[in-house]
Amino acid sequence: MNPLLEIENLRVTFPTPRGDLEVVRGLSFTLGRERLGIVGESGSGKSMTGRSILKLVRAPGRVTADKLTFDGIDLLTRSERQMRPIRGARISMVMQDPKFSLNPVMTIGEQIAEALLTHQRLPRREVNNRVLTMLESVRIADPERVAKLYPHEVSGGMGQRVMIAMMLIPEPDLLIADEPTSALDVSVQAQVLDIIDELVKRKGMGLIFISHDLNLVSSYCDRILVMNTGEVVEECKAGELMNAKHPYTRGLIASIPRLDETRTELPVLDRSAWAKK
Amino acid sequence: MTALSLKNLDIFYGEAHITHDVNLEIADGESFALVGESGSGKSTVLKAIAGLAPEWTGEINVFGKPRSHGIDRAFSRQCQMVFQDPYGSLHPRKTVDATLGEALTIHGIGDRSARIEEVMSSVGLDRKFRFRFPHQLSGGQRQRVAIARALMLKPKVLLLDEPTSALDVSVQAEILNLLKRLRQEQNLTFLMVTHNLPVVSFLCDRLAVMRQGRIVEVADVADLKRGDLKDPYSRELMHISAAHAN
Repeated sequence: MNPLLEIENLRVTFPTPRGDLEVVRGLSFTLGRERLGIVGESGSGKSMTGRSILKLVRAPGRVTADKLTFDGIDLLTRSERQMRPIRGARISMVMQDPKFSLNPVMTIGEQIAEALLTHQRLPRREVNNRVLTMLESVRIADPERVAKLYPHEVSGGMGQRVMIAMMLIPEPDLLIADEPTSALDVSVQAQVLDIIDELVKRKGMGLIFISHDLNLVSSYCDRILVMNTGEVVEECKAGELMNAKHPYTRGLIASIPRLDETRTELPVLDRSAWAKK
Repeated sequence: MTALSLKNLDIFYGEAHITHDVNLEIADGESFALVGESGSGKSTVLKAIAGLAPEWTGEINVFGKPRSHGIDRAFSRQCQMVFQDPYGSLHPRKTVDATLGEALTIHGIGDRSARIEEVMSSVGLDRKFRFRFPHQLSGGQRQRVAIARALMLKPKVLLLDEPTSALDVSVQAEILNLLKRLRQEQNLTFLMVTHNLPVVSFLCDRLAVMRQGRIVEVADVADLKRGDLKDPYSRELMHISAAHAN
């Protein structure tokens, strides 16, 4: 089977007064119908990687790559107009914060229906049914009531489930989740991730899960890329993250406090060791 | 001695009744955590203590002195708050110097320059940051400024509202180490709100679990480490955290 996504030597550059700044430096990976986690700190280029797959990096940012293909389609040469049938319908992206990503003046039902109607023509009754089924499948107990609410009337966790419903209703092949749960409580986080996980498995989609939380990523993905300053420093299977070799990955793991913490001081990353390049 | 005591504290936002009958006694030098989900009222308790949620009934005492409902200067010298998001809590058009100096001006304290430099060095900020604006600093540096600002009046009690949840794990470790060191050096009392139990385990001595505006359990952190919380809801929170880590 062909890989879903192939990326070779991806670079994202922003011009600054002091010359060009490369935020993603020569990233390559291929993705099948699997769950890939990308972890790193702020500024590591992980979100820019996700955005450049959808060609959402705005000028003056520049994206270059030797290869950027999705399901055999060359994304690099596609125009904005040609990207439209891909965005949302075949690759979709769950953003970080439902508070800023939902339209405040549209009801939840209308917004989800819009995601569907942008890509296909359907009779109104069927649209309605699909919206309600989708809300149900993200475990919203009372979909008919929730569909009539506005985003400010629901909690953060519910807002994020609404976003997921909206992103999954056109049945994409690839879902990019950019920190989908960092605005949520620990207890709600697990629920939201279980929902994503279940839907991804059931529909056989590919998932790129971008997060700074190593523990989360290792429990919800098959494979992990660890990024630092725009480069992949380590690639490993999720189960083997705890045996990571790169000092950066090990430093990240060590700096997380544990539930049965006994250390009096947490180890801090020594950035000078590998930041010089 | 009790640093902070709350008695039958009920807090309201207009019609909405946020917390019910909150009672806490926090000893001098203790580090105490309030945990719970969003909407449980834990941050509201801090806001009421800090004077940002003035509609409350009951008693708030700091070192035996009751807090009034209005602005209370004597109180702000004893008790200061650090907010969750260092990107939102610093004035974008004020330099670090202006942010730190403002409290001194309000309280009519002189010796401004020396005090600012002293506090900056105690939170590990280099002198070169003194005349920079927040946008020129990283998230961790901003949170250091926010902590420095809270320490300007040499308070005894720090209210910490999720001080590290907006930061990366490696930066979180730096800030947690800093808070731990400051507490030892200056004999501070912490009341910290968080939903991250491992952070509680690292930084605190006791914790209270809140749900729907009520405290459901008060326990020692030793109990948390042993996985020995009693209330079913606290156990649920603990299990979710444990499942995450493995």
